Amino acid sequence: MSAVFISGIVIFVLAAFVGLEVIAKVPPTLHTPLMSGANAISGITIVGALAAAGLGEGTTATVLGFLAVTTATINVVGGFLVTDRMLEMFKRKPTKRDG
Amino acid sequence: MVELLYLAAAVLFVIGLKMLGSPRSARRGNAFASLGMLIAIVVTLVDAEIISWGAILAGLVTGGAVGAVLALRVQMTAMPQLVAAFNGFGGAASALVALAELDRTEAAFSGEIGSVVAASLAIGSVTFSGSFVAFGKLQGILPGRPMALPGQHVINALIASAILSVSVWGIATGSVPPYWIVVGAALVLGVFGVLPIGGADMPVVISLLNSLSGVAAATAGFVIGNSALIIGGALVGAAGLILTVQMGEAMNRSLANVLFSGFGGATMTGEMSDKPVNRATADDVAIALGYADSVIVVPGYGLAVAQAQHATRDLGMALEARGITVDYSIHPVAGRMPGHMNVLLAEADVPYDQLLDLDQSNPRFPQTDVVLIVGANDVVNPTARDDETSPIYGMPILEVDEARTVVVIKRSLSPGFAGIDNPLFYADNTMMFFSDGKAAMESILKSLKAL
Repeated sequence: MSAVFISGIVIFVLAAFVGLEVIAKVPPTLHTPLMSGANAISGITIVGALAAAGLGEGTTATVLGFLAVTTATINVVGGFLVTDRMLEMFKRKPTKRDG
Repeated sequence: MVELLYLAAAVLFVIGLKMLGSPRSARRGNAFASLGMLIAIVVTLVDAEIISWGAILAGLVTGGAVGAVLALRVQMTAMPQLVAAFNGFGGAASALVALAELDRTEAAFSGEIGSVVAASLAIGSVTFSGSFVAFGKLQGILPGRPMALPGQHVINALIASAILSVSVWGIATGSVPPYWIVVGAALVLGVFGVLPIGGADMPVVISLLNSLSGVAAATAGFVIGNSALIIGGALVGAAGLILTVQMGEAMNRSLANVLFSGFGGATMTGEMSDKPVNRATADDVAIALGYADSVIVVPGYGLAVAQAQHATRDLGMALEARGITVDYSIHPVAGRMPGHMNVLLAEADVPYDQLLDLDQSNPRFPQTDVVLIVGANDVVNPTARDDETSPIYGMPILEVDEARTVVVIKRSLSPGFAGIDNPLFYADNTMMFFSDGKAAMESILKSLKAL
């Protein structure tokens, strides 16, 4: 295996453990925004999509690139916006509870 | 420099996810994560030696408009299907990136790259088609009940092994067609994989597809050699995996059982309708609630179906105005995706500190005067605790039968998704109020005001 590939695997494994540590503590109340926010982050594929769409190498590549940019952008824009919309609704009780 | 900026984006993702762990910081956390995404996009546009901008601009505008319209117009009750659709778009994007790489290189790449291209195509395509089947089930376009061909598991296993062997063929020969076969077979596998799964198991399926969309992004990161994709994808893969495991635990079922058992949709055998129940009117319920000291509301998927979240909040506020303590107990699989009920109640302005999870709820039921159940059934079924022969035995439940009085609002005595009778409905301290959830809440509120 090439050094680049191996370092990719190292990065993947370490990032997965960071993810498990960070996300295990999210309370059930926030599980839906967590999922939609994580979903927006998986739209990071847009980086690959932009590169593919911008190379200008033939019709097939351009069509594939356009579709990739479109789907990834739906994911990114829609995911972050809807997460924000949900989180805006989560409010504390205005007065302190005595129970 | 470029690598460092991608790293900054990845760090912002981690910080954002960490801040999503508390309702107070969550909104800023989401903003941090989107800032990370913006950095990654700008860096790519500046760095990637782009020569043709047409496809990029068209894609950004189309995708941005579609995403924004979907996100801003969706009803909160429809959140599960929206997230399912977004998972699907994410999977599609990763598969398309791998296809573009395949087209550019005509499969003339190393075995390493060939294997990650195949993986990205397979995982991305399964995520895409599986997510849209889940979307169809949640949206009501497809039937929610399990649908399977005879020998479905064997067929699926054959397709999965075909994907593996065709991938090996493509990698070994360096030819393009096998990779396209991988795409086609994976699309079919996604459809066949999700069709046999019933509607109430959707929290597990959506979580799993969420995880897969992350893994697909990570494999696309290997394809184009970009660590931001690998890190972002791994984080999402981990998040989805945690939720998948937690949802499985909340139903006391393994992932394999959820994916392969075709659970739910079973038909009931008689013997239930002849048992007597305590039928109650809105006035009876209002009296029970109005003279209680503590009330816990247990919402289920039926509340979402009836769009009763606002009416429920109104009743809760009226009870609080009488000095009654009101809380809400939410089972992890009460909705169609993790945390769905919490979002619906937050939308109706119920403060999040009144939302109790399973572990917080159960110790409180014995000291609670009235439990008000709206549209929940299997998650409060005592047979899961008491009857070893029950199909849901061992599933953690909200132990509402410990409360002094239980009020169940339900359209009829029909069994829940699991198709099993619920002894709670026939208990001496249970009052059954047969009605649509929203209409029931409104009529109880009216009677309460007349007390």
